[in-house]
Amino acid sequence: MLTTSSLTIGYHRRPIAFSLDLELRPAEMVCLIGPNGAGKSTLLRTLAGMQEPLSGTVRLGGADLFSIPALELAKQLAVVLTGRVEAGNLSAYALVTLGRHPYTDWLGRLTPRDEEAVRRAMQLTGCEALAARPIHELSDGERQKVMIARALAQEPKVLLLDEPTAFLDLPRRVELLQLLKRLSRETRCAVLLSTHDLDLALRIADKLWLLSSSGELHIGLPEELALNGALARVFQSEGVEFDHARGAFKVHQPVCGPISLHGDRDGVATAWTWRALERIGYEVHNNGVRRPVHVDVLDSHHWHLTTPHGQSDHPTLASLLNALTAPSGNEPKRG
Amino acid sequence: MLSFPKLGLRAWIVVLLLVILAAAFILSLTLGSVRIPPEQVLRILSGGEPDKASWADVIFKFRLPKAITALLVGAALSAAGLQMQTLFRNPLADPFILGVSSGASLGVALVILGTGAGSASAFIAGLNAFGDLSLALAASLGAGTVLGAVLIVSRRVQNTVTLLILGLMFGYLTNAVVSLLIYFSQPERVQVFSLWAAGSFGGVTWNQMRVFAPVTIAGLFIGFVMMKPLNALLLGDDYARSLGLNVRRARFWIILSASLLAGVSTAFCGPIWFIGVAVPHVARSLLNTADHRALLPASMLMGASFALVADVIAQAPGSQYVLPLNVVMSLFGVPVILWVILHQRQLRFS
Repeated sequence: MLTTSSLTIGYHRRPIAFSLDLELRPAEMVCLIGPNGAGKSTLLRTLAGMQEPLSGTVRLGGADLFSIPALELAKQLAVVLTGRVEAGNLSAYALVTLGRHPYTDWLGRLTPRDEEAVRRAMQLTGCEALAARPIHELSDGERQKVMIARALAQEPKVLLLDEPTAFLDLPRRVELLQLLKRLSRETRCAVLLSTHDLDLALRIADKLWLLSSSGELHIGLPEELALNGALARVFQSEGVEFDHARGAFKVHQPVCGPISLHGDRDGVATAWTWRALERIGYEVHNNGVRRPVHVDVLDSHHWHLTTPHGQSDHPTLASLLNALTAPSGNEPKRG
Repeated sequence: MLSFPKLGLRAWIVVLLLVILAAAFILSLTLGSVRIPPEQVLRILSGGEPDKASWADVIFKFRLPKAITALLVGAALSAAGLQMQTLFRNPLADPFILGVSSGASLGVALVILGTGAGSASAFIAGLNAFGDLSLALAASLGAGTVLGAVLIVSRRVQNTVTLLILGLMFGYLTNAVVSLLIYFSQPERVQVFSLWAAGSFGGVTWNQMRVFAPVTIAGLFIGFVMMKPLNALLLGDDYARSLGLNVRRARFWIILSASLLAGVSTAFCGPIWFIGVAVPHVARSLLNTADHRALLPASMLMGASFALVADVIAQAPGSQYVLPLNVVMSLFGVPVILWVILHQRQLRFS
């Protein structure tokens, strides 16, 4: 649908990324991720035709994006930009109808066909109930849905979103990304969004575009980029470590030395014990090799701790952690 | 199926505003230094013979052109103010924000005060020979020059805020020159100038109306065509572009419309403040929308009624005094409009 060849983007002869050969396919949801300042917004703005590339071409449905007349382009490509929209005193419905701008007459009158498109856009995004509400009274999540409905009312083949989850809380982020994924399937629209929610992107995107600070772009399935180490490399240079095995950033630096953990492999109690131990600074192993400091998870009410200084039983996680951190005789050696 | 809210202006609101406007129009023909009963006014307008023959003269020579002028200026400045407030995303923007009235007042100041300023006065003294019309002509030239400059700049400048700052700077510059002219002028001439600056609907003759009315109507017409682009601009320039709007071209036409309206009304009636800032806010408050397809016609109708009523008050009915129009508008208008806006939902721009 949307393709680029040897695209170089940037501002004022200061290139940000070179020789990008990209492709967005119908019914595909792609997440654009990368550290701050890597040029995600610039790439999106270039693909949206809002900013000229330094070199190379962007093609939409076979035609050069920058030669498509603005009104024609608006019928094929819609954007949701970052930041709150202050459009004054408009109802959500009136805002969504603005998406029909490229289709309506000089007065902006809606034909039944336009009304149908608006209705469908609001149904798809689940914001019909908001129709009569003024947009300045909506929550950030509701407002973002309305802005997406407005974009859908353009009936685009390509939908570009710049950090649509930025102001939302976690449940709203999950909901929004699920919504976008469902939209890509139901409307066969190609969806590209930039986001900082790496965890969510890894789980939900059909494909990732990973833009590094040095201007390299890695393209692949989320799992591929995790497996081949591209994610780790891009974010390592930013001073954060990416844990291949668990698909998440490492938040804690191990400072207390190794500890071995034994418990039911799929056990929830074991998983959370693991996290707790990591949080207080242990490097946790669970490959069957016993370390001097060892924890057995018997069930979610019973932990057994073995240290070079002795053994103890703990009815709660808090008491286990206390024993591991308390400055007493059986304190494990700090490393 | 959910029913969606209606967009645009409801028919009953249009009818209501038209009735108010018609009442204000008749009122302004009725009241003045001499009171002419409404039924006599209607008889005169429909070509009948009034009880007193002189009344027909009063109506046709003075009150009718004045009422038409007030109506047009009220509509023009309200429409222009609305356009500027949306274009600059600023609730305090008025029709003169780009310096059109500064240009006009510089033109007028040169004509009235320039003759006293010394050397370069010969040409201007000649211009003064045109008498009455020369003020309108000078103001039109001044407003037109600024308008042209602003339009040229607007085609080149990408950023709307830059345009706003240029307009403000130009306003300061012309005000400085006008102040300088006032400083070096004879008091009688300064009085003439301040009379012009106080604003009046009474100066437009039928002859001048042939220029004034068509230009105003042309400006309003462009305004109507730009309602849809103004709605798109509510979302900001980037979104408007993504909706297929040629922002630079739309901006050009919006500025042309607003400046024509502000320029022509300043040229013929002096700078009329207040209407252009206040009326769009009243329209927004009362209609509770930002949709220009409702706001523009409603602002025009409200502004026209407001100007007519303000003019009636300025005539101080029954007396021989005529109060300065700008004084009346602020003294009587501000409380009314504060009440309207504070009693509605919170003030929001566009």
